[in-house]
Amino acid sequence: MCSVCGCGEAQVVIDKGKPAGGHAHATDHAHSHDHDHGHDHDHDHNHDHNHDHDHHRHHDESVIDYGQGAAGAHAPGVSQERMVAIERDILSKNDAYARENRRALAAKGVFALNFVSSPGSGKTALLARTIEALKGRLAVSVIEGDQQTSNDAERIRATGAPAIQINTGKGCHLDAHMVGHAIETLDPEPNSTLFIENVGNLVCPAGFDLGEAHKVVVLSVTEGEDKPLKYPDMFVAADLLLLNKSDLLPHLDFDVGLCLANALRINPRLQTLVVSAKTGEGLAAFVAWIEASAARRAAALAKG
Amino acid sequence: MHEMSLTESIVDIAVEAARKEGALRVTRVVVDVGALSHVEPEALEFCFAAVARGTLAEGARLEITRLPGAGWCPDCGKTVALSERFAACPECGGFRVQMTAGDELKVREMEIA
Repeated sequence: MCSVCGCGEAQVVIDKGKPAGGHAHATDHAHSHDHDHGHDHDHDHNHDHNHDHDHHRHHDESVIDYGQGAAGAHAPGVSQERMVAIERDILSKNDAYARENRRALAAKGVFALNFVSSPGSGKTALLARTIEALKGRLAVSVIEGDQQTSNDAERIRATGAPAIQINTGKGCHLDAHMVGHAIETLDPEPNSTLFIENVGNLVCPAGFDLGEAHKVVVLSVTEGEDKPLKYPDMFVAADLLLLNKSDLLPHLDFDVGLCLANALRINPRLQTLVVSAKTGEGLAAFVAWIEASAARRAAALAKG
Repeated sequence: MHEMSLTESIVDIAVEAARKEGALRVTRVVVDVGALSHVEPEALEFCFAAVARGTLAEGARLEITRLPGAGWCPDCGKTVALSERFAACPECGGFRVQMTAGDELKVREMEIA
């Protein structure tokens, strides 16, 4: 594609021997550009180098449909390119959906957590175990995000909790729009807790607000103490770090203190818990954190 | 590659604004990307041409303005430059710097025809 005027690939005709070709670049473009820059036109394309072709006559006066303004605008009837201020956050669309999700959840008193981690950190096992621990205390429903398969939703349903699976296909993260639809379908009970298990990916989900109360980042002790330094965005976005698979610590050279110190360097407000989905270590503390955070959120909402 | 979704948002925002202006095409889009934001500018550029194809922004040039990072160091009591989110204060070496600028992600303006 022409990086100057943006003519589509199928339209660009630049003859190696005749730089101007049927293209008006050399003469009529008023927005000045330097032809010495790295203009990367492909000279090996298979175009018919017919200079009279119809679809791309920048400066053929007989083609009245094309703008004749100083800017050589392609658009009919428009003589000048102009700048328009936009000033909109790139994530504004996602954030609008997230706000709507947050409003819908708050209206029903649903406390939502967005679980993020790399693949294989043990999120699903941890959620299943937490759901068991919350039985009789707090109703839980789950939104599972994965590129493919419903395996995780089935694992959650085995605990008795309602679960819905979102397959993102090629997508690397859940966005607020997908989650909004899932919330509608799942229809969580009033005053319950909603777990959203994001796609296993320590990078992309950091930037996408889903309308949750908190992001919870799960890291396992098989991953290396410096992961918070390597993937800082996720640890900045999270409010709680669960360091999982603590049952494996006797077999590893993992330094828990160093890992937590690294995480706190990235995010001084981060709360941390060491847990094991296998032995249940630390789960009582996590359950207490959920109940306290849900209560605090409900109180804040009641206050308005 | 969340840059793909971010690029889709950039194109959506530009096309929506262009329609509102009655424009027939978008020729240039200018975005601000903070140095501390979770975005790789090269990846945005890479995705842009593909995402814009078939829209009013097809063929538009994407211009990325990198904005520098800054933070407030409570120990020094002033704003300092920040090269990474978790970097130490360049003045005192402390790690208590709170980011105040550099995570921008915004479509600033565009050129339409």
